Amino acid sequence: MADMLTPGIAAGRLGEDEIARNFADLHPALDPHEAAVAADRCYFCYDAPCVTACPTEIDIPMFIRQIQSGRPEEAGKTIFDQNILGGMCARVCPTEDLCEGACVREKAEGKPVEIGRLQRYATDSVMARQGHPYDRAPSTGKRVAVVGAGPAGLSCAHRLAMRGHDVTLFDAKEKPGGLNEFGIAAYKSTGDFAADEVTWLMQIGGIELKPRHTLGRDITVEGLKSQFDAVFVGVGLAGVNALEAEGADRDGVQDAVGFIAALRQADDMTSLPVGRNVVVIGGGMTAVDAAVQSKLLGAENVTIAYRRSQDRMGASEYEQQLATSKGVRIVCNAQPVAIHGNGAAVEIELEYTADDGTGLKGTGETMRLPADQVFKAIGQTFTLDAGLELERGKIKVTGAGRTSLDGVWAGGDCTAGDDLTVVGVADGRDAAEDIHATLMNQPAATTGAEIGEAARA
Amino acid sequence: MADLTTDFVGIKSPNPFWLASAPPTDKEYNVRRAFEAGWGGVVWKTLGAEGPPVVNVNGPRYGVIYGGDRRVLGINNIELITDRPLEVNLEEMARVKADWPDRALIASIMVPCEEAAWKSILPRVAETGADGIELNFGCPHGMAERGMGSAVGQVPEYIEMVTRWCKTYYDKPVIVKLTPNITDIRKPAQAAKNGGADAVSLINTINSITSVNLDTMSPEPMIDGKGTHGGYCGPAVKPIAMNMVAEIARDPGTHGLPISGIGGISTWRDAAEFMALGCGSVQVCTAAMTYGFRIVEEMKAGLSAWMDEKGHATIDDVVGRAVPNVTDWQYLNLNYITKARIDQNACISCGRCFAACEDTSHQAIAMSPDRKFTVIDEECVACNLCVDVCPVENCISMVELQPGEVDPRTGKTVPGEYANWTTHPNNPAATAAE
Repeated sequence: MADMLTPGIAAGRLGEDEIARNFADLHPALDPHEAAVAADRCYFCYDAPCVTACPTEIDIPMFIRQIQSGRPEEAGKTIFDQNILGGMCARVCPTEDLCEGACVREKAEGKPVEIGRLQRYATDSVMARQGHPYDRAPSTGKRVAVVGAGPAGLSCAHRLAMRGHDVTLFDAKEKPGGLNEFGIAAYKSTGDFAADEVTWLMQIGGIELKPRHTLGRDITVEGLKSQFDAVFVGVGLAGVNALEAEGADRDGVQDAVGFIAALRQADDMTSLPVGRNVVVIGGGMTAVDAAVQSKLLGAENVTIAYRRSQDRMGASEYEQQLATSKGVRIVCNAQPVAIHGNGAAVEIELEYTADDGTGLKGTGETMRLPADQVFKAIGQTFTLDAGLELERGKIKVTGAGRTSLDGVWAGGDCTAGDDLTVVGVADGRDAAEDIHATLMNQPAATTGAEIGEAARA
Repeated sequence: MADLTTDFVGIKSPNPFWLASAPPTDKEYNVRRAFEAGWGGVVWKTLGAEGPPVVNVNGPRYGVIYGGDRRVLGINNIELITDRPLEVNLEEMARVKADWPDRALIASIMVPCEEAAWKSILPRVAETGADGIELNFGCPHGMAERGMGSAVGQVPEYIEMVTRWCKTYYDKPVIVKLTPNITDIRKPAQAAKNGGADAVSLINTINSITSVNLDTMSPEPMIDGKGTHGGYCGPAVKPIAMNMVAEIARDPGTHGLPISGIGGISTWRDAAEFMALGCGSVQVCTAAMTYGFRIVEEMKAGLSAWMDEKGHATIDDVVGRAVPNVTDWQYLNLNYITKARIDQNACISCGRCFAACEDTSHQAIAMSPDRKFTVIDEECVACNLCVDVCPVENCISMVELQPGEVDPRTGKTVPGEYANWTTHPNNPAATAAE
């Protein structure tokens, strides 16, 4: 039996009970009284900043008022009208950077309304019911291919199905869900929520799922274009940036995304091996997810090494605090230069950096940290050549996800914008409305809240 | 240190905080606990006539209105007067008074509107050593159906008649407790005074239905599917009670008649407000029923500290201080002109002032694309709604325009002198200003 001090990479550092406690829901569900108290704090702001801050523009004050008045299911419907993956977004959105960061009570007293947890309360209420809250419009006879069953693709497929189109949903993997299924820290999406949510969403009907279909290998954009009336590409970012450091090919050097996916798919987390000394390279959410979960699996020392200064970290302040509260050390202005070892990694050598205004440079001074496992979390890239024009390495889109090819739309992480579930959902939804309008030759429906437009004009 | 001792129509108590006649004062056990906790006085739960006592319902007696976090804003009740034998109550009262001579103990009484009934009970109450009596002409539920409680309080002639009987057959102070379920509170107060009452106390509870169960379609509190109106009290009724108190305090016919204030008093501040409007003592029920007897500590400490701050040495220094400032609408100064001002540093940009003003008032607040809210002086009538709905205290305030300044709304210069509706040119009945 391994423990925290077992050298190298080992499974079973912690017992089953401790693992279960460590990976319990980060933000447990509110009970009805807690929800009532939390909801009561909402001021029902005019043209509320939280709505503006939400990429899917959920009418947050309205759904909270519906919770206040004892109608959590109607509150859930208000959310789903804008964001069909509102359940997952309630769990994984960096609310501190979005709705809750914009909440006037954050400004007033540093304690925003708990919008994320209230959203979970409302969406859970709806999803706990039998059946699905949306009906399909009469069939249009149009067929649309959606490539990628992640947040963007699922959102797009649902909205298209709702508008009466028949959707074929392709995904490269065995299971749908994309990063909701494979890419989020386990303590943010407990149980089998991602899979349950997809099942619930698919209940609308009219969506045929085709797993194990990889774009560029089993299907092509051109091919889909000829078989379908429209195509939506939401394939995410498949490539992982390479680590430019000596010894980056040593055993123990891994992609963080693979580690996170393995955690989510594991039936028994005690079987997952983790290093005694773990170093995560990067400064974003993926870095935090990998570091925190390494610690929760029983690693003795976990360090996040980020090459720039702390204020440049992609992970929010909340995420950074979460990491440090779990015992993760964050080292900034340090870039990897070498991974030392004898076959397997034993040590990482980091060089301090400084930015004198002319760009980030190594100072020449280095330090060494014990590292038997090194996770690379230095960004993902779009690698697919699908015949679509690119811009800054991602699929170029204009308007509601229109690509350079007529009849082909795209959204989510493979297009510009923040790589967040909620942004993918917005992209997919808006592209679906544009596809619908184009196919039916009618103006596109507005999807955002328009509470304050008149006043601001 | 302010002196909180109270002499209310000769009834002395160490502080002005009394527990009102209600469930908390139903028996010796509770009253002893109340005195131990520091209450200055107690009005014992209303006594009925000799004979088999009344019975109460055996299901819920109370209904409630909540604010956020189940904060109790108002309770209604359908409980009747004491359901214990008269003799038992009298014995207990005598024992408690003997043990607590410095505290006020007042007997609340409700017997049929017949001279014999009052003549019979009053000597027995006197024997207990109680400091005075309070005539329950207020309870609006149950007993009113039997011609008592508010059924008496709604007929000034009866009030005067019964009060006179009491002054005839009882030689200690007689306080008449008034019902608010009436259109003009000055009439029953005047009747009590005419009958020789030493004081009035108000308000008793307000006829109410607190909620309707939408599954069973029955009002709450519900008894076997049915409900009846109960008496409403608690913080929610305070504004109604204070107006009634003030009306009595400032009416020439009743001005100076001692008042014991009741109605949603929960903190020292509530008490101070009632006292400023003319109450020489205050009575508390709902707050004690919600939080227990210990709240009196906060009330005493708070009132004392506030009096020290303001330089009020005694309770008498406070009582009635605000009464001269309660007036009729027609005498309000129409040359007093204010404008809302928003403190941009305090503003949290919620926009509630904007929504309220834009949708329901005078379109006098502008909103910029970056959510800055500013007052449009040309439109602002100074209604105060923005101040009321703003969640940030002191963020929006009303600033007075000085004489000589121009009101951008009317284009007129603010006059320095007082002028009211009675002399306003738009008033057909105006008397020419001299």
